[in-house]
Amino acid sequence: MAKKLMKGNEALAAAAIAAGATHFFGYPITPQSELIEYMAREMPKAGRCFLQAESEVAASYMVYGAGGAGARVITSTSSPGLALKQEGLTYMVAAQIPAVVIDVSRGGPGLGNILPQQSDYFMCTRGGGNGDYFHPCFAPASVQECADLVVEAFDVADKYRMPVLILADGLIGQMMEPVEIPEVTKKPIDKPWAADGGHVKRGEHNRINAMVLPADGLEELNHVIQAKLADYAANYVRYEAIGIEDADIVLVAYGTPSRACKNVLKKAQADGLKFGLIRPISLYPFPKEAFDKINPNCKAVISVEQSCGQMIEDVRLSVLGKFPVKFFGRTGGNPIIPEAVYNYAKEVLGGKA
Amino acid sequence: MLEQVLVAGFGGQGVLRIGQMIAYAGFAEGKEVTWAPSYGPEMRGGTANCSVVVSDEEIGAAQVLEANSIIVMNLPSLHKFESAVIPGGKLFVNSSIIKEKPARDDIEIFYIDAQEKAEELGNNRGANMVILGAYAKATGTVTLESLYDLVKQTFTGDKAKFVESNIACIKAGAEMV
Repeated sequence: MAKKLMKGNEALAAAAIAAGATHFFGYPITPQSELIEYMAREMPKAGRCFLQAESEVAASYMVYGAGGAGARVITSTSSPGLALKQEGLTYMVAAQIPAVVIDVSRGGPGLGNILPQQSDYFMCTRGGGNGDYFHPCFAPASVQECADLVVEAFDVADKYRMPVLILADGLIGQMMEPVEIPEVTKKPIDKPWAADGGHVKRGEHNRINAMVLPADGLEELNHVIQAKLADYAANYVRYEAIGIEDADIVLVAYGTPSRACKNVLKKAQADGLKFGLIRPISLYPFPKEAFDKINPNCKAVISVEQSCGQMIEDVRLSVLGKFPVKFFGRTGGNPIIPEAVYNYAKEVLGGKA
Repeated sequence: MLEQVLVAGFGGQGVLRIGQMIAYAGFAEGKEVTWAPSYGPEMRGGTANCSVVVSDEEIGAAQVLEANSIIVMNLPSLHKFESAVIPGGKLFVNSSIIKEKPARDDIEIFYIDAQEKAEELGNNRGANMVILGAYAKATGTVTLESLYDLVKQTFTGDKAKFVESNIACIKAGAEMV
């Protein structure tokens, strides 16, 4: 397919259709509305199922049901909507149901506002529902990455039988950039576990269930979930690193703020300063190994977020005390201004912050 | 080349369309482009604005906070964004409805009587195309030919009758700078 200009929300939707999504269930919320609108228009044309649920909770259980029956299923929402979907998500983890879940995040807490913010980091990376689990989480920083990561998310979800989350902030969803929607020719893998009536002989049955009463049985399920995550972590953790081997200051940012940080790197280079950037593309598992490549004489690592400081906890756990870890953040939907990050980083470099 | 543009005005003045035309034209010319709307509560009744970046290289921030050029279509937008033009940058003022003069003396200011010119050409909804033509000519970010091509691709079928009047507005705007 040729490159064209699309919004991030539209690219997420178009890539899901290209990846063979058979079912979409959702409930409208700004700033992801273009995604559900695109699906409402295009899924029926492709002979697929689009259904606007009566609520986010209902949508997440429609995903559970369709996914359990072997469908390639996707849902999308924005921050307060994802909070409502968490119950369905933890049930999907327990029942080992693959699904792709998109959060085009907005300002919080509460109903907050519709501006881009990154304060869903904990909810998206820590296992937002009850129980002992995590699920993979990707964070695109461009419209092209929105499209590419959706395709990858479906394959990861099917391979590991887990919900996979894509966390895009409101600006990534709303902005237009050139994008090439990938042509997906690979067929989805077979799902012999699905409760679709077609995979078992008469008298046998496939069970899709989120409840395991015996202690040993539930412990075994937990070990299965953890083993899947460990295998995933060994194979899929993704990040972009720029100039960290000889940097005096390393910025860490994902999504929209990572783009502002690229402007900061250019300013620093023009002034003869050595700044580097680690941009996590996977937020869970966090790309810890990137931090091993930082210049041992680096003065500080700065976590730059559109939040009050959430990813910084993973940054600290990755730096393990080797460098001072500082924070620069804006919240309420206010943008990260490259000049402000640059001035702060220079203060840190000069020992003044 | 790195051009960072802000376009602002009332909702309904074709502000987002001006930005999209710059982005689409830059894209057609093989450049890297981003277009980002403001989509906050200010869109209802207040100012609408969008950021466009056109570059030869990978684009970082898509939200323009320090602009090489700003196009303002109404007075509140002039007040809000005048300070965001970098020194030496360009400010395009829709002087048909903005009667106030900007305070800045370290930038290049273009007064474009966009509404009056559009009406003179019989296209009273073409003020945004007039100021777009002025912008394209004065900055050279995208060529006028790219904009004409876009107009032809946008208005097809029974809307093809709008092609000529929109191209006339862009051309007239270019002649005003």
